[in-house]
Amino acid sequence: MSGLKVGFEFHQQLDTEEKLFCGCPPELREVEDADHSLVRRLHPTESELGEVDRAALEEARRKRVFRYLGFTNSTCLVEEDEEPPRRLNREALDLARQVALLLGSEPVDRVEVMRKIVIDGSNTAGFQRTALVALGGEVDTSEGPVRVETVALEEEAAQRQGREDGFTVFSLDRLGIPLIEVGCAPDIESPGQAREFAERVGTIFRSTGRVKRGIGTIRQDVNISVEGGARVELKGVQELGLVEDYVEREAARQRALLDIRDELDERGVSGSVLEPVDVSGIFERTGSQVIRDALESGGGVYAGVLRGFEGLLGKEVQPGRRFGTELSDRAKTAGVGGILHTDEMPGNGVTREEVESLRDAVSASRRDVVVLVADERDAAMDALDRVGERVREALRGVPGETRRPLPDGNSQYMRPLPGAARMYPETDVPPVEVSRERVGRMRGELPELVPDTVTRFVEEYGLNEEMAKQVARSGYRDLFEAAVTATGVDPVLAVRTILHYPRELGVEVDEGRLFEVMDAVSGGEVAKEAVPGILEELGRGDRAVAEIVEDLGLQGLEEEELREVIREVLRDRRGFVEENGMDAVGPLMGPVMGRVRGSVDGAEVNRVLVDEIKRLLED
Amino acid sequence: MREGSRVRVRRGDRTLEGVVMPSKEEFVVLKLDSGYNVGLKREELHGIEELDTPGEHGVEEEGTGSGERGESREPGEGELSVLSTGGTIASKIDYRTGGVRPGYSAEDLLRAVPELEEVAPINADVVFEKLSENVDPGDWVSLAKRVHGEIEDGAEGVVVTHGTDTMAHTAAALSFMVETPVPVVFTASQRSADRPSSDNVLNAVSAAKFALSDVAEVSVVMHEESSDTTCLAHRGTRVRKMHTSRRDAFRSPNARPLARVGEDVEVLVDEHVRRGEVELTLRDDLNVDVGLVKFYPGMPTEVLEPFFERFDGLVIEGTGLGHVSSDLVSTVREGVASGVTVVMTSQCIHGRVCDRVYETGRDMLDAGVVEGEDMLPGTALVKLMWLLPRADGGKLRRLIKTPLRGELSRRSRSDLF
Repeated sequence: MSGLKVGFEFHQQLDTEEKLFCGCPPELREVEDADHSLVRRLHPTESELGEVDRAALEEARRKRVFRYLGFTNSTCLVEEDEEPPRRLNREALDLARQVALLLGSEPVDRVEVMRKIVIDGSNTAGFQRTALVALGGEVDTSEGPVRVETVALEEEAAQRQGREDGFTVFSLDRLGIPLIEVGCAPDIESPGQAREFAERVGTIFRSTGRVKRGIGTIRQDVNISVEGGARVELKGVQELGLVEDYVEREAARQRALLDIRDELDERGVSGSVLEPVDVSGIFERTGSQVIRDALESGGGVYAGVLRGFEGLLGKEVQPGRRFGTELSDRAKTAGVGGILHTDEMPGNGVTREEVESLRDAVSASRRDVVVLVADERDAAMDALDRVGERVREALRGVPGETRRPLPDGNSQYMRPLPGAARMYPETDVPPVEVSRERVGRMRGELPELVPDTVTRFVEEYGLNEEMAKQVARSGYRDLFEAAVTATGVDPVLAVRTILHYPRELGVEVDEGRLFEVMDAVSGGEVAKEAVPGILEELGRGDRAVAEIVEDLGLQGLEEEELREVIREVLRDRRGFVEENGMDAVGPLMGPVMGRVRGSVDGAEVNRVLVDEIKRLLED
Repeated sequence: MREGSRVRVRRGDRTLEGVVMPSKEEFVVLKLDSGYNVGLKREELHGIEELDTPGEHGVEEEGTGSGERGESREPGEGELSVLSTGGTIASKIDYRTGGVRPGYSAEDLLRAVPELEEVAPINADVVFEKLSENVDPGDWVSLAKRVHGEIEDGAEGVVVTHGTDTMAHTAAALSFMVETPVPVVFTASQRSADRPSSDNVLNAVSAAKFALSDVAEVSVVMHEESSDTTCLAHRGTRVRKMHTSRRDAFRSPNARPLARVGEDVEVLVDEHVRRGEVELTLRDDLNVDVGLVKFYPGMPTEVLEPFFERFDGLVIEGTGLGHVSSDLVSTVREGVASGVTVVMTSQCIHGRVCDRVYETGRDMLDAGVVEGEDMLPGTALVKLMWLLPRADGGKLRRLIKTPLRGELSRRSRSDLF
């Protein structure tokens, strides 16, 4: 696709001990566990350059009231914007620098924390704290290199929970979790390259071994423009699989909008201004449910005319979304349900007669479109104003805006693109200097990239590729290596112990305890068969592995004790052994293992059993 | 590289463009087009080109926007006077220090809180610009004179914006110095005005509403809770900042707040001075030679002694019911004998001083200490400064224990703790 420009911003949550600016654990909670709430309003402020951000102003016009849900045990006054932030979390900063260096990015000498004005309520302060950590860098893809522009460290926003009783509700648990943001230049020229780039960056994140996993822990903003179009930011694309769709559909949308502009140009439409008129009278006995509802709740019907727009509101800009949908989305930001327009009427309960009276009332010709908003007067007027703004943008082509990606690959208007005016210094957090020496040291101690780790694990430890990938991509790479090299535990058993068993059993076990378990197995204190039982026990409550081994009677038997157990089993089954000879070994493994309850390795049991059966047969 | 100029620099093999922000020492702070500031080592920047000159980006020069004082006009009918004294309700980012500093003119406050003018016509002016930790009794006097002047000129009510740290002291001082027929309302913000979440809007609007009310007293209006829902109006002599950072930091430990301010004003006390009830009077002479000292375990006599040498009056924040260690009793006794008026308050903050229960207390009374009843230590300090020029001997001791501006009460209500 020529002229298509795609830029990415990646956001990855970090798995640090504490949040970015306070001592709270970066833990997600269930909304039902919230134990208190706050009600707040946000007001736009001037930046240090004396400008007010356009996106912030628009939010302010919406006059929303926010409710924040707090968790006494895991959120504090910092999230509630009731206490100044602590110093920038050094663990998170180090991780961001690691990622930067892995991307070939150059750390800045002094990190300055900024406030990025966001007054949609997702940040209690009305701004998000963010700091640029490094500049530049490059990632190779099969279709050529993609330049990295910036690596930033920022705080995660509060999680929107929806609307309730007139409040927009957010929970505070997510607010302040450290995020690394990687922004790239608009070098990407195909959806396939976009995907490959995204995967490369994801791999680098995982190589630090300290990133959060699971849905929502990595998100991408995708910036898309076509030639002659404008930069549109799709905010929070979670599904990498959908990136190609989003890029294609946004490109198609921008081209459709450019077509509309050209058509308007050809028609000679210019500066078409809406003139809102109260047309409630026409709809007194209407069959339209939407209009009736508005009238019954004390509202009215207000109409504006789009001169020369005939047929254009029905033009599809994305599959299932028409230009009229774009106008409607914009109207909704004024708090109304949407718009009705004559390109889709008669219909939806509106009769031909009503449409005719409507056209007469506002002196609209066949070439014009009449837009209706049925709501309380102020909201309806405001909505028509906003539709007017969107229409004027259509005359110029594609408006630069932030859009919400929809699950089907389409997108929906959120707000204007925020400008540089929304950034000013976070004066509560002192800047952090870094010396060249320290950066040099970090460069020497960078974590191995995941693909390299996989290759090495296959070669050095004889893991198959699948297992090697699992460990390399998990957060347990270092534990695995430490256990295998320090205790000599079988690498495959190590992977099972660290990853597979806990997952199958649904338990979470502390890393130190996992190490103890592997140490016990390789030291012969306990058989590998006993591992799941021990992990299950650890899942019930943390305690020393040695204690569990003793409680469960899992201490490894001395060979003489094992022989005694086997002889006992054989005594009871003498006839069976004499009848089947050495073929009795297989069937008798079960009863013997049952008696030793996983305290002896199966191979050892087999060896002694063979030995004892031989001896019995020779007798 | 000049501050405010747009430059292009080379750093390693990269070229960067941005506006030079106030920078110090070996770092240059550059504001990139993305809005981010980055700190770069000066010595590693090469090929510096200045692309244009300061000012073209709207970077304000130091000092602008704050010099609009002195041009006050007389308040008209039904107008509120808004007097600014500094603090974070009217603050601005300082490029040089990177910190928040007071510096908004009163007009700037109106621009930050346009809702104020929906409450009433506003006549705004700056009295002084100070962080409240720097406000001293001399400032109380100039503010008192100014408030008196505004009321004399016909203001319907007066709103004073102030830093939070010592706002309660200033409010207490004005309570004694100005007898007012209209409300005089202090307000502030705990979260600075440069953030969208600042509490300045609700506080300022609520203060303005209360300044139009019938409660003609000196008060402090601040958030009732952490939420932006309602504010409480506290009596100026009863209010104390009880939290370092929360929006609802201001409380009245030993009294009920005067009123709750939401959409409307809901008066919460049985008695208060009504609009027009008293005649406007200014009594602004103070004896600033009064000290406040907090007793602590093991406090040596030589730490306490200089207070008696230096001051004419001393407020002690004693332990519990109002005690200092037995070792200090003789120091106190000698101090009182030398002519220093000593008022005992409690570091418990809540509750009333009673030096008749324990022996040390009785020693205190015997030494000539006056019980400060349920007065806040800060209020006792201000009251003593104000009383010293007006009374002495038995009259002074009696007035200390007499409620003059609602600063103490005869009854300790059971619902206040």
